[in-house]
Amino acid sequence: MIRLSSHSSTSTVGDVVLELSEVSKSFGAVRALRNGELTLRAGSIHALMGENGAGKSTIVKIIAGLYHRDAGSFTLDGTEVDFRSTAESKNAGIAVIYQEPTLFPDLSVTENIFMGRQPMKSWGRIDRAAMRKHAQELFSRLDVHIDPDRPAQGLSIADQQIIEVAKAMSLDAKVLVMDEPTAALSLAEVDRLFAIARALRDEGRALLFISHRFEEVYALCDTVTVMRDGEYISTDPIDETDVPSLVRKMVGRDVASLFPKEEATIGDVALEVRNLNSTGTFHDISFTVRAGEIVGLAGLVGAGRSEVARAIFGVDNYDSGHVSVYGESVPRKNTAAAMKLGVALVPEDRRQQGLILDFGVARNLTLSICRGLARFGLLSSKAENLAADGWAQRLQVKSHSLATAAGTLSGGNQQKIVLAKWLAAQPRILIVDEPTRGIDVGTKAEVHRMLSQLAGQGLAILMVSSELPEVLGMADRVLVMREGRITSEIPRAEATAETVMFAATHDRQQVLAATNVMEPTQ
Amino acid sequence: MTALISPARKNPAAQAIETLLKSRETGIVLALLLVLVATTVRSPAFLVSTDGFRDLLLTPAIFVLLAIGQAMVIITRNIDLSVGSVVGLTAYLTGRLFIDFPGMPIPVVIIAGIALGALLGLINGALIAYAKVPALVVTLGTLYIYRGVDVWWVGRKPINASDMPRDFLGFGVSSFLNIPTLAIIAALVLVAVGWCMKTTRGGRELYAIGSDPSAATLYGLRITKRVIHAFVACGALTGLAGVLFAARYGTVDSQAGTGFELISVAAAVVGGIAIFGGSGSVLGAAIGAVLLLTINRALPLLGVQDFWQQAVVGALILGAIALDRVLSLRQFHKLIEIRDNAND
Amino acid sequence: MTDSSTSLQAAPYRSQSYPYYSSPAWKRFFLTREFAVVIALIIVAAVASMSIRKFSSPLTLGYLLLDVTPILLIALPMALILISAEIDLSVASIVGLSNVTLGALFDAGWPIELAALAALVLGIVCGAINGFLVTVVGLPSLAVTIGTLALFRGIAVGILGTRSVVNFPEYWTTLTTSVFGKSGIPYVMVLVVVLALAFVLLLHFTPFGRGIFAIGRNREVAAFSGVKVQRTKFILFVLSGLVAALAGIYFTFRYGSARGDNAQGLELTVIAAVLLGGVSIFGGKGALHGVLAGVLLIGTLQSALRFVNVTSDVINIIVGALLVASIVSPSLLTWLKGKITRAAKEGTSKTPARHA
Repeated sequence: MIRLSSHSSTSTVGDVVLELSEVSKSFGAVRALRNGELTLRAGSIHALMGENGAGKSTIVKIIAGLYHRDAGSFTLDGTEVDFRSTAESKNAGIAVIYQEPTLFPDLSVTENIFMGRQPMKSWGRIDRAAMRKHAQELFSRLDVHIDPDRPAQGLSIADQQIIEVAKAMSLDAKVLVMDEPTAALSLAEVDRLFAIARALRDEGRALLFISHRFEEVYALCDTVTVMRDGEYISTDPIDETDVPSLVRKMVGRDVASLFPKEEATIGDVALEVRNLNSTGTFHDISFTVRAGEIVGLAGLVGAGRSEVARAIFGVDNYDSGHVSVYGESVPRKNTAAAMKLGVALVPEDRRQQGLILDFGVARNLTLSICRGLARFGLLSSKAENLAADGWAQRLQVKSHSLATAAGTLSGGNQQKIVLAKWLAAQPRILIVDEPTRGIDVGTKAEVHRMLSQLAGQGLAILMVSSELPEVLGMADRVLVMREGRITSEIPRAEATAETVMFAATHDRQQVLAATNVMEPTQ
Repeated sequence: MTALISPARKNPAAQAIETLLKSRETGIVLALLLVLVATTVRSPAFLVSTDGFRDLLLTPAIFVLLAIGQAMVIITRNIDLSVGSVVGLTAYLTGRLFIDFPGMPIPVVIIAGIALGALLGLINGALIAYAKVPALVVTLGTLYIYRGVDVWWVGRKPINASDMPRDFLGFGVSSFLNIPTLAIIAALVLVAVGWCMKTTRGGRELYAIGSDPSAATLYGLRITKRVIHAFVACGALTGLAGVLFAARYGTVDSQAGTGFELISVAAAVVGGIAIFGGSGSVLGAAIGAVLLLTINRALPLLGVQDFWQQAVVGALILGAIALDRVLSLRQFHKLIEIRDNAND
Repeated sequence: MTDSSTSLQAAPYRSQSYPYYSSPAWKRFFLTREFAVVIALIIVAAVASMSIRKFSSPLTLGYLLLDVTPILLIALPMALILISAEIDLSVASIVGLSNVTLGALFDAGWPIELAALAALVLGIVCGAINGFLVTVVGLPSLAVTIGTLALFRGIAVGILGTRSVVNFPEYWTTLTTSVFGKSGIPYVMVLVVVLALAFVLLLHFTPFGRGIFAIGRNREVAAFSGVKVQRTKFILFVLSGLVAALAGIYFTFRYGSARGDNAQGLELTVIAAVLLGGVSIFGGKGALHGVLAGVLLIGTLQSALRFVNVTSDVINIIVGALLVASIVSPSLLTWLKGKITRAAKEGTSKTPARHA
């Protein structure tokens, strides 16, 4: 889809550095990993692919020493290791860059890089000068300009990710694990990260790269291991694979017609957003969504899409601008009022924003509608359960009972509960933020079919999504955001991976100059 | 997306002055000076007389120790509510040792007090760190337990000045070069702890743990050990404060130290320690303690009935946390703006 | 994963297709933390009445109830605040302030009813100050209420100084301590029962109560679900202030005195009782029957131990130990369980892992 500077792997692949064999790990009754196999060699970049829930993160955490394996062998340089903490794996020469940056907001950038292994002087003193110098060296090697003395608080996600990379480099590790490091990065930043990764590889280090993006895997890696449902599936040299075969291995079957978009009659303007501004997050956002229409909101992670969605729904405040629903204006920072006007938001992070994980299915389902279920201000469990039962049935949620804690269900079922929770509120405008992130392919198709049907019934849908195929397959119109601004509005007919990605990585003037895409409606 | 903030290129002296002016500690020192000047103008004896100057340094000394200990704990995103009870127990131990073992050398008694404090801190820390339960609840429980043990131990035999050697009581009010010994001890402790918090790994890790506990886990920091260290240190300092309490006041009954936990938390908060950890300095907490105690002594001289002291302390706490909130919001917005400008 | 061609906008289904609960009703009720506290209360009460002469007399019961009434009252809103993952340490100071206001105004010649009303209004104001600082200014409630603990108490002490007001109308003081016939149950229990019922309904049977639990479990999910997080918390702090002021008025008539330092330290007893009753300090968990049982458990223990001449210090030790044990025991159990299963696995796994 996107062409990254391709690079053939010319360096010679060396000895086995790290090897996992028949590793398993369970959490209570849930077997997160059944049969983990992984072999990393010096001077090689190894890709680990699989759907969410395939066990990749469990493998990463076992390597990092965060989890302890239940069974199986884990060798480093041929000797069995048994890490009890991340400190032990670090000392053994393993650096891990996690999916989400983990920094100490109150401490300086330099301290963040060296915490726990600062250079020392006599008397147990930290050598601050050496530490600062080392940090600056790392940044110049990475070709970035970040003040080493500023606090980590307030850094952009990309900068935080760079500090994670600097942290890993400062370890001088022989094994570097990167768990989806590119999710929040722009193309230029991805290129820079890849250049660093290749340099590290050429120094003879072993790298493990986890990503969902095939183009990145093909541009960077030389070997690929696929996992599915906690089990090892295959390991192949990258040259001997192609995307369809990898997908087949990841999913376990062929994927046909993922996006059953139905044609719907487009009606009146349902949602109108005018000149929405929020300092530091988004600027001058204007667009409309009509009844029966699915509008895709595309862009890179961190472009401000979720923030716009949250502002419309009233979870966050904004500085200026106006939101209206069927002509009625929506007050600011008032979720209850937005709900009354028929707006619903299925948030991007279902575990942190959508569901209370240790509440039961019913309690979660009725949280948004319990005001309506109350009689004389009082709620009965019976009314709640009855309502919840109907919605759980309709979305075919798989659960032992309505009291089963939502956190114990699979990702797909959790997402169905979040969807049901908001459909139960009978919305006129449905905003979905990453509606299919981390759910299995079957449920994905179900969600897509459902959204399509809902649009057919006259619902106006705004769909924030990072998955290009989903946006291209589902949306009648695509809005693209970059760094808090809408850079382009692309009708369905003209929306391709290239046009959307170009708009996601260039500013508005460049987009207008480069293409003849129509003006966004103001 | 990358923030292009170029590292500051000012000369070091100008930068040092700027840092000093901006630092939270400067604010408290200014408030302290304000109180001192206002009170001295109204009643010169407050500062200028020998007694006035001595009291100025002597009264807060014990609370400076408590504030330093409490600050260390709060920086790790914990809290120790049991300090008042620990002061009571260690102060009583001090007197008891002099009664039961006449002629016991003073340094041994001091060490015994510190050791008991450290042990009580260890109990707190171990319960919190191993069982992973909130410090607020555990130390609320030990507040009761330690005080209960104290009341039971004191029974009907409180310690009076006559029970303790004259040397020891003299030590409580003695001076060296016109500076009260207790104040010197507090200052030495402050320098030592301040140095550790700033320049040793252990100290920095306390900040890291308080700033983001889950990140600390990923970094592989030994959280359990460090949190226990903080509680033991707090307990030891509180134990020292208990010994000094006995020396300074001469009488120890079963209620000695009641409510001190509140003053120590208040001092730390006023001194700029964030209640949810990660930021602030022990120096700030120490100055916070001096400020609180000085205000208490200044109020009557300023014409405010001393019944209102506690109300002033309360207002001061609220003012300090509200101010910190405003400042941190401004700082955050500034950082965001810098980022935005770098992007445009 | 079959085709779901059903209309999503249709009326809800009427037939039940999921079991509503994963465990039978008795398990859901009896195998709970709250019920364990109730059992502990029953055991303590039974043992005390059997082994201590006169413990089961109406007189004892009356005094016990009179003594725990302020704690019972304040524990109700405190439980709600803790469930919403906040804390209010200023309640005892509000009790004191209400007590002093009532005394001072009465002393200044106000009719007692009007003075009591003023005390209640002041309680609401105090609660609103806490609520404002927590929800509007956005400060942590722990720090805020440590501050207002000192502030409100300071004002109370400031108003009366070392004076105390004692000559309250006999009608009110007698009424407050009067009991129903020979039962030993004080009139004031009517107030307690009514308030307890109101709070039970509010917490367990209204959308507002659902919101409190949701806020305590995950504030972000609550906000995303249309729960008015800040308003809910504000209301809780105001309720806490109001009930604390009410307890202050009770305190005044019960002991017939108003002093600046009345009810000092009561907040710790209240919080200890609420936590003992099964409310989680992390928020989102708890039930009011557990809380009430927790308060009565502490009250009964204190009363029984006093009967056998155990001094207040030992009672303090017991209360503290109970509190620590109640919070540490779940972690301890999990740790033990983990140890046992690990030991069991050790024996069976092919490649045993080293244990440090």
